[in-house]
Amino acid sequence: MTAPLHEPTAEVAPSAAEEAAVAGTDAKAVQGRSLGRIAWERLKRDKLALTGGAVVLFLVVVALLAPVITSLYGQDPDAFHEELIDPLFGTPTGSLGGVSGDHWLGVEPVNGRDIFARILYGARISLLVGFLSALVAVVLGTILGVLAGFFGGWVDSVISRVMDGLLAFPQLLFIIALVSVMPNQMLGLTGSSVRVFVMILVIGFFGWPYIGRVVRGQTLSLREREYVEAARSLGAGRLYILFKELLPNLVAPIIVYTTMMIPTNILTEAALSFLGVGVKPPTSSWGQMLSSAIDYYDSDPMYMVVPGVAIFITVLAFNLFGDGVRDALDPKASR
Amino acid sequence: MLAYLIRRLFAAAVMLVVIILVVFGIFFLVPKWAGVDIASSFVGKQADPAAVEAVRQKLGLSDPIYAQVWEFFKGIFAGRTYAAGGDVTHCSAPCFGYSFRSEQAIWPVLTDRFPVTLGLALGAAVLWLIFGIAAGVLSALKRGSIWDRGAMVVALSGVSLPIYFTGLLSLSVFVFGLGWFDGQYTPLEESFTGWFGGMILPWITLAFLYAAMYARITRATMLEILGEDYIRTARAKGLKEQTVIGKHAMRSTMTPILTMLGMDLGALIGGAILTETTFNLPGLGQAVLNAIKNQDLPVILGVTLITSLAVLIANLVVDVLYAVIDPRVRLA
Repeated sequence: MTAPLHEPTAEVAPSAAEEAAVAGTDAKAVQGRSLGRIAWERLKRDKLALTGGAVVLFLVVVALLAPVITSLYGQDPDAFHEELIDPLFGTPTGSLGGVSGDHWLGVEPVNGRDIFARILYGARISLLVGFLSALVAVVLGTILGVLAGFFGGWVDSVISRVMDGLLAFPQLLFIIALVSVMPNQMLGLTGSSVRVFVMILVIGFFGWPYIGRVVRGQTLSLREREYVEAARSLGAGRLYILFKELLPNLVAPIIVYTTMMIPTNILTEAALSFLGVGVKPPTSSWGQMLSSAIDYYDSDPMYMVVPGVAIFITVLAFNLFGDGVRDALDPKASR
Repeated sequence: MLAYLIRRLFAAAVMLVVIILVVFGIFFLVPKWAGVDIASSFVGKQADPAAVEAVRQKLGLSDPIYAQVWEFFKGIFAGRTYAAGGDVTHCSAPCFGYSFRSEQAIWPVLTDRFPVTLGLALGAAVLWLIFGIAAGVLSALKRGSIWDRGAMVVALSGVSLPIYFTGLLSLSVFVFGLGWFDGQYTPLEESFTGWFGGMILPWITLAFLYAAMYARITRATMLEILGEDYIRTARAKGLKEQTVIGKHAMRSTMTPILTMLGMDLGALIGGAILTETTFNLPGLGQAVLNAIKNQDLPVILGVTLITSLAVLIANLVVDVLYAVIDPRVRLA
């Protein structure tokens, strides 16, 4: 291995690094601080972002441990409790939608399934689709964005046209259409797992142009920087420049757009399930619970409040964290 | 300018053709790969083979896909006749297809439902532009104040709340709880007050979400622009602060907002699916959702076409408006 031609690890975004260098000198004695470190120190001061991050972490743990928690709690998410339902109206007996020591958040109308247990299991679907579809979008967007920005010419033209086209599409319509024509069985998966899998792919596919555009723009401007030119003049190959010089500098915008994309994807999943084309019962999902709650908005408002608040808290936590990450990584951002 | 317009119109037409091809692809090719027969899904679950074959013939489903696409285009301008044996259905121009599920041509469905969606989108847009931009500008001018923090907390909550939840909440409080509205849609031509009363909740709910987004963007853009050199120059010239903000800063702030407005309005006019479902409004979005659930391809094609057209036109209008608003933009 030859010695690195240039040490780009200290920089996450070049303009950021320049300003960070200035900031670093007047903060302490001349001591190099990486931008990652500076960003982390800014993030640590941002109480709202940290709260958001903590809630996100908590939700992830809760989602992972959902089976454990529900077995400790003593309720199965799919078990019917028809004895708790008023046979005349189909709504839960007792106050607040059947809240009791056994059923902390009440039970569903008609069949009496435990809402708390279903919310826990619903978190798994929301987070799974939210994270994985963002991953699909990031991978596609980064690869295609870098290709477009780095090679230019007809490669750039084709990729840019495709991105413009996808962004001008009526997206929700196409996502609904695609998810709804998918068969119930494919690739050895059945039922809800197919739907989750398809949602991840489709939401991710429609999300990549957002990241792709940013990555392309960044690559275009980075490509002309002096240090890339220096590397090139020292005989570095295309691949070296791509992976060692450009990619490390694209990490910041990619992180920012990923954190902002996850809550949007969670909302899209909930919307699809709300519209009845996403996850279907008995598998529980927040959007699907809200959609069943439409019929009970007058007689059992608790049924709609619980999944609604769950979505709200989750998305808000991601948004708070995402805003914080953006501000921390962008030295120009001022609050 | 004219050359630019022509080029853009041409690009828009190409885009429309691509969209039609993609829709055809989604509904004809994907089921084929998945091994689902479209004709039998049109007829119903327990259809006898003869009925399935008749539908296949009548809709031309056994023709190659390019022939089907061509028939569709021809129908828009010249009308179309579906025939299988003695069973003939005529669909006069502009024929955007014929639904054999609901036994009706698509064009009247579109023209029936379009005003509902248009009213919803435009009414909400007026509200969200006024409140979103006002909140964003005030926040930017009074950065760090209680007002700024409060407005931004509300805005962040606004973008984190799904519209079908705020919609249900507002129905539960204002329709069921307080009884201020009856929660029913009344067509405009029946009664203006009835229509207006029925639209208030959907407008406010929809506008709340968008106002939150617009306030955030407006604030961020305004802050960035207030740091620009030409603002300093304007102040140095001794212009009144009112003029600096109102004329110089506002103009540039409007550019990204206009971009968003073009896309959002286009998408909404093509069917505010979630809002229409929540409030049970008989608009395009509701029509297309039902069509998707019933696999009623002709309706989906028709609505998608209208939606895409709305998005494309909105974007075109926005691009032209750029040049009017922002003196730095010159269309070549």
